[in-house]
Amino acid sequence: MFEQVVIAVFIIAGAAFACLVLSLSWLLSPTKPTKDKGLTYECGVEPIGRPWVRFRPGYFVYAILFVIFDIEVIFLFPWAIAAGSAVTGWFIIIEMVVFVTILLIGLAYAWKEGALNWH
Amino acid sequence: MNVWLQALLWMLFVVTIMMVSGASIIYMLRKVLAAAHLRIGPNTLGPAGILQLVPDVIKLLTKEDRHPNFSDKGLYCLAPIIIFVPMLTAFAFIPFGPTMVAANVNMGVMMILAFLTLVPLGVFAAGWASHNKYALIGAVRSVGAAITFEIPLLLSVLPPIMLAGSMNLSEIVLAQANGFWFVIPALPSAVIFLICAQMETNQAPFDMTEAESELVAGFSTEYSAMRFGFIFLAEFAGNFVMAALAVTLFFGGWTLPGIDPHSMGIFAPMVLIIKSYIIIFLFMMVRGNFSRYRVDKMAALGWKRLIPFTLIWVLVFAIGLRAVQTLFGAGA
Repeated sequence: MFEQVVIAVFIIAGAAFACLVLSLSWLLSPTKPTKDKGLTYECGVEPIGRPWVRFRPGYFVYAILFVIFDIEVIFLFPWAIAAGSAVTGWFIIIEMVVFVTILLIGLAYAWKEGALNWH
Repeated sequence: MNVWLQALLWMLFVVTIMMVSGASIIYMLRKVLAAAHLRIGPNTLGPAGILQLVPDVIKLLTKEDRHPNFSDKGLYCLAPIIIFVPMLTAFAFIPFGPTMVAANVNMGVMMILAFLTLVPLGVFAAGWASHNKYALIGAVRSVGAAITFEIPLLLSVLPPIMLAGSMNLSEIVLAQANGFWFVIPALPSAVIFLICAQMETNQAPFDMTEAESELVAGFSTEYSAMRFGFIFLAEFAGNFVMAALAVTLFFGGWTLPGIDPHSMGIFAPMVLIIKSYIIIFLFMMVRGNFSRYRVDKMAALGWKRLIPFTLIWVLVFAIGLRAVQTLFGAGA
């Protein structure tokens, strides 16, 4: 129970602390807005066009691959605790070798298809 | 004592550590990078320029806080807090001594990495909400870097977990105190962990997110005053978190070899902090001596080198560990 309270306090009080310091800064700092101050920085000239553009779909492949491997790693964590103790024997290790080999074949396929090249 | 009050005291203690480590790392970075570049660094205010931090903080506090005209204002104001809070919470899981750990959870390793993963989310929010081309490119690169190095980072913490048989950071430290530092059997993991930590903290040679010569200041281009201060503080505090995590997992945490871990007393946090600063010094020397990677080379390094290597290394390590256990009995 205590650990959950600590984490909750860290999140809530951390955000409160940040807001406190930001409001202190707001009290201390001058506020003189002008039209030019609000321009986004683009090496001194007025910004051309909007920056919120569409992205290449190539990044999507990275995201999918990331999700696949991230979930695989989540499976590896409980396995690592079990595999560390000697009582679990060789079978658990062979199982994971098979599992990781299948994923490595998948990675090799993605590599061959050029999905791992950043454009 | 009331649990909420106790938790709040822990929070204040951790905020103090975060501030002090952030300030000292900024000073150290200036001096170490200056020495690496054959410059002098700050030398005017106070002995060896150590008081330079005071006017820096005053300046950050009293500057005008403005936001760009077209920006997504709510998200823009929220982003520094999204970056700061998970970084602060990550401190809660680091054991500073036998009982000096704010949240001694069984899933410690996973929790600390989970909170560190939230930081790129705040970085992307900051870059997107700024409505600035440089900021957006920086933010996209930051997400790309995060998804590239997340997996080798997670895989490189597996060998210490196997050796300790636990994900609790305090138990990992005690397992090293009773045996040997985990860097000895798991050296490749320690090296990969440090490479990924270098990326996780946005430091050269992996600082594409804020590459000064290409992107002005990356995702934080449009930030000023204390909002920028929080982004800055979180970044340097992240340095300390990653170094302390590396020390905890691979270099014995708050213990020293040959000394009974329960007689460390007040020296335990000092040992952890000194070891962490040695690791931070290593980060800074790498930062001072290597030039920046290109974005596509960074992605290739992560996906084509580190991920296959760490996956195979984890299996090799598991097989080796089981072979040693079979040959020399379960105690090994």
